[in-house]
Amino acid sequence: MSSHRELTYSLAINEALHQMMDLDPSVFLLGQGVKSPWYVGNTARGLLERFGEGRVIDTPVSENGITGAAVGAAIAGMKPVVIHPRMDFMLYAMDPIINQASNWFYMNGGHASVPVVFWGVINRSGEQAAQHSQAIHAIFAHIPGLKVVMPATAYDAKGLMVAAIQDPNPVVYIDERLLYGRVEHVPEELYHVEIGTGCIRRKGKDVTIVAVSLMVQEALKAAEELAEQGVGAEVIDLRTVKPLDQELILTSVRKTGKLVIADVGWQSFGVSAEIAALVAEQAFDALKAPISRVALPDCPAPASISLEAAYYKGSKAIVESVQKLTERKEK
Amino acid sequence: MQYSMELLDKILRMMLRIRSFEECLVAPILDGEIRTPCHLYSGQEAIAVGLCTALSNDDYIFGNHRSHGHFLAKGGCLKSLAAEIFCRETGSSRGRGGSMHLIDPSVCMLGSAPIVAGTISLALGAALAASIRGDGRIAVSFFGDGATGEGVLYESLNFAALKKLPIIFACENNLYASHMPIRQCRVNKPIRRIAEAFGISTQEVDGNDVLGVYDASSKAVNSCREGSGPVFLEFITYRYRGHVGPDDNIQGLHTDIRPKEELERWLAKDPIMKFEHYLIENHFFKEFGIQSIKDQVHQEVEKAIIYAKNSPHPNPEALSNYVFA
Repeated sequence: MSSHRELTYSLAINEALHQMMDLDPSVFLLGQGVKSPWYVGNTARGLLERFGEGRVIDTPVSENGITGAAVGAAIAGMKPVVIHPRMDFMLYAMDPIINQASNWFYMNGGHASVPVVFWGVINRSGEQAAQHSQAIHAIFAHIPGLKVVMPATAYDAKGLMVAAIQDPNPVVYIDERLLYGRVEHVPEELYHVEIGTGCIRRKGKDVTIVAVSLMVQEALKAAEELAEQGVGAEVIDLRTVKPLDQELILTSVRKTGKLVIADVGWQSFGVSAEIAALVAEQAFDALKAPISRVALPDCPAPASISLEAAYYKGSKAIVESVQKLTERKEK
Repeated sequence: MQYSMELLDKILRMMLRIRSFEECLVAPILDGEIRTPCHLYSGQEAIAVGLCTALSNDDYIFGNHRSHGHFLAKGGCLKSLAAEIFCRETGSSRGRGGSMHLIDPSVCMLGSAPIVAGTISLALGAALAASIRGDGRIAVSFFGDGATGEGVLYESLNFAALKKLPIIFACENNLYASHMPIRQCRVNKPIRRIAEAFGISTQEVDGNDVLGVYDASSKAVNSCREGSGPVFLEFITYRYRGHVGPDDNIQGLHTDIRPKEELERWLAKDPIMKFEHYLIENHFFKEFGIQSIKDQVHQEVEKAIIYAKNSPHPNPEALSNYVFA
């Protein structure tokens, strides 16, 4: 029965929290809105009733202080998960994340690790404008000492949350509200998805599409359409942005010779730039066409739906990018 | 309050150790032998020593940029501290942290950092951890008057009060935030009153009176352990040295704007001298007894510094060790 059980992406996260809090009394959840589905959807369902206010802590609006408290609790031996229901508000907490948690193990000579999970939710689109829908994962990926995971499936939503909690290092876990309703097979038993390993979601020989988070689903739609046109797209789901699964990407590009990168964040100086640089440095000779990127323009998130349509990229943009590459004459 | 001879001896030795250590760093800093920015604690010893003496080994402390004294007072190893300041492999942070990143988890000195007020919320978290576990520990956050300009202090005060967390907010008001006199940083109201606004019990303490610090701290520790919530202690004190380095003579520009008379007034209230007078007047020690302790401590400090200088630098091949646990 377990092998066929289906669950939504958000309840997969919820199950990870239930199982880890049950397994390990040092795991606790804190942040703004953990009592309120308005903030956290159903990801915290049943936790308060089961584990009590001591370990499920709804907090005042104090992102800096509360995130710092999570870091301090981790240094003092706990395994906190601190949620930011809109990751835009995490910018208030850059000091505890970037100055303290990420550096702590190194600058203290390996004498104290910081097993904390910084959980930020991307709230793409919905006319929410520039401060309610940003995807700032690249900022964290830039920082030594942080790991950054971004599940695209319900299976990974659970498995990566479990892995993030189990990891002795600070892990930034970034999910996407638009994926919360996805229903997929999720095993009931406790399992984890290894941090640092991507996976091939669809095999193909003509072009590699490396995607992250929501863009994985868009890439899979694009791959369907491309297949109808006779183009075999290989879709790689990064799952972890940092540390990057370099070999998986390079092996695929060496096979296909063409690369499209699809990111939920901005194109400039972002994850897509890092992957493009990786391939240019390490698989240049395998490339049969320029690298192409499908990511957000260098512009804040707009409100109006007409502007959003121009701003956000989906499967259509990926298909067009691939077509441009495949239509080029091979060198 | 009655003090045991053992306690008085311990306090005296620790204050002397910190002073001797800090002053022994002056020459190597000026020579350029020590390059890591050192924020010397001379003049403020009574606070770290008085407060840490009131703690148990399992209680947590977090320091700041000026934490040599906190590290030693909590029981951190003198040789490891010296080696860290010389950035050697044998240092408490294996030469990866320098003067501003001191840690010794074995004595629950959980770390220090120079981002002003950055460790206040970390201490808050350690208190939260103790509260969730119900293990009876308390956490202490050491910060200066300069940190009262940072918003995270207010967030932390509110959350600590809200959850009745066992934390002591130890504000060492040395009257200067780096180069800025306090009257240029904030309106002239006692700092402790900011904590009163959150319903936190507060006390102003003479930060140059080690037994006064010890008494106030013991009371605060008991209150925290009994579950009465946070305590805010404002210690009035003064640092003898520059904000960073011996004299704030940065690149030949004398940036220490403190009046000479002000420094002299505070030297006359020196916490160690004050304590020595107390010990002699109350017949706990004779002058030669104190002198002999001073000599012992000084030797110990000199040995630690020689140990540091003779220790190897970290191997460049190990540059990226400890990025991840």
